[in-house]
Amino acid sequence: MTDMAEPARARPKPTPETQHFWDGTAAGELRLQRCDACANVYFPPRPFCPSCASRKVSIFKASGKGTLYSYVINHRPAAPGFTPPYAIAVVELEEGPRMMSNIVDCPQTPEALELDMKLEVAFEKLDDKITLPLFRPAKG
Amino acid sequence: MRRNAVAVVGAAETTELGVIPNMSQIQLHADAALNAIADAGLKLSDIDGIATAVETPQQIAHYLGIKPTWVDGTSVGGCSFMLHVRHAAAAIEAGLCKTVLITHAESGKSMIGKLPRSTPPDSLNGQFESPFGVYGPPSMFPIPVLRYMKTHGITHEQIAMVAVVQREWAAKNPRAMMKAPITVEDVLNSKMIAYPFRILQCCLVTDGGGALILTSADRAKDFPNKPVYILGTGESVETPMVSQMETFDSSRAFRTAGPLAFKEAGIAHKDVDHLMIYDAFAHLPLYGLGDLGFMPHEETGRFIADGNTRPGGKLPLNTNGGGLSYMHSGMYGMYALQESVRQMRGIAPAQVKDAKISVCHGVGGMFAASGTIIFTNEK
Repeated sequence: MTDMAEPARARPKPTPETQHFWDGTAAGELRLQRCDACANVYFPPRPFCPSCASRKVSIFKASGKGTLYSYVINHRPAAPGFTPPYAIAVVELEEGPRMMSNIVDCPQTPEALELDMKLEVAFEKLDDKITLPLFRPAKG
Repeated sequence: MRRNAVAVVGAAETTELGVIPNMSQIQLHADAALNAIADAGLKLSDIDGIATAVETPQQIAHYLGIKPTWVDGTSVGGCSFMLHVRHAAAAIEAGLCKTVLITHAESGKSMIGKLPRSTPPDSLNGQFESPFGVYGPPSMFPIPVLRYMKTHGITHEQIAMVAVVQREWAAKNPRAMMKAPITVEDVLNSKMIAYPFRILQCCLVTDGGGALILTSADRAKDFPNKPVYILGTGESVETPMVSQMETFDSSRAFRTAGPLAFKEAGIAHKDVDHLMIYDAFAHLPLYGLGDLGFMPHEETGRFIADGNTRPGGKLPLNTNGGGLSYMHSGMYGMYALQESVRQMRGIAPAQVKDAKISVCHGVGGMFAASGTIIFTNEK
């Protein structure tokens, strides 16, 4: 069975409401949305503000900076396309929203993964259409 | 809702629990339902309301031959049955139906006739969680716990004690899957699943089911078993994405459902004789103790580690052994409700002496939903 392709990690499929986010990661930008009426910054994407229901919202480029809010280091069972142990993290972005991600360029150990450590976005291209926003320890 | 206006008059689990390779999932529903109907001394034709989750009400109604005039297919995960109890009580009070059957069953281990669970790649979970390697509840449910521990000063040893204490309860229960005593060291040296949680901090995977029958309290005295009254109820949902919880220090769904139930019941925490907190994983009882208002979150770990929830302790918690040691077919809420009813009837294997008020708190998904039912055996 050596000719079988390695199982791939789950690939997101954009919807009309999320396409701008995935266009952003493909262009090397982490894009968030801000409500023009109440200034709320939110994630995941949707064309209205989940705080005040205004449909007047703007897309903007986030700083890509964040901190490690929490995580697990998954051992078993491993998701297709992942080699255990690997950390599944939730990153708190500088702008406020949190998102799930993985931490790269860092040992996947409790000692190396310290809560509140500073992180910066690192883009990983899956294919021509999808680039994932991952995070690595911030430099400096 | 009025306190004690509706009662549980029938309650039963499947004839067998654990590994049941000779029954499909809908037959497990039927087995539990027929046991509950017999427990209540009713006929199938007496049932005019039906509620179930994952399986549809039409599936179960048709299979059992029930012709309902009220149905509830609320399916928000493992606490769906708490929500069914709340909705059924309201429906009975409103006169929409007289006698409601609530069923749960899952061929969680043997996987016979089990409906597939999938996350479409264009759902929000499929886009913003699945690509990062989440793969089943063990990889998702513990994600908040390191933050909870840091904020509230909870230790690994304290969370390990949740599993140790529940095994003590399971040892008293002939139907519990896991009865051999364990120590904190056993827990902390068991197989790693998703750091910080090891296998003894994760629920079992079993087959089984349960069913409840509810009717108005004024009819309840005519049934063969001691009625168990619905004193208070609460429910809520937060988010299907664990990463999007408002905070990991606490569960908003818990903080909404629990206090609603206490307010409706008109009781204080010191009035609670018996407590069930759905324990799919070992951190949930800590979240529950804090979010239901029994104590500040900072004290939850020490409270359990000091033995307050073990047999003989002042707040008996998860007295059937819980999802960690009793059984867990996938949606454990029904088994927590069954244990509360047994305790209120006075027939639990590890019976809490003179217990009059039982609080039963459930979770659905990964903190996605919550339901709380407060029972009493005094009207």
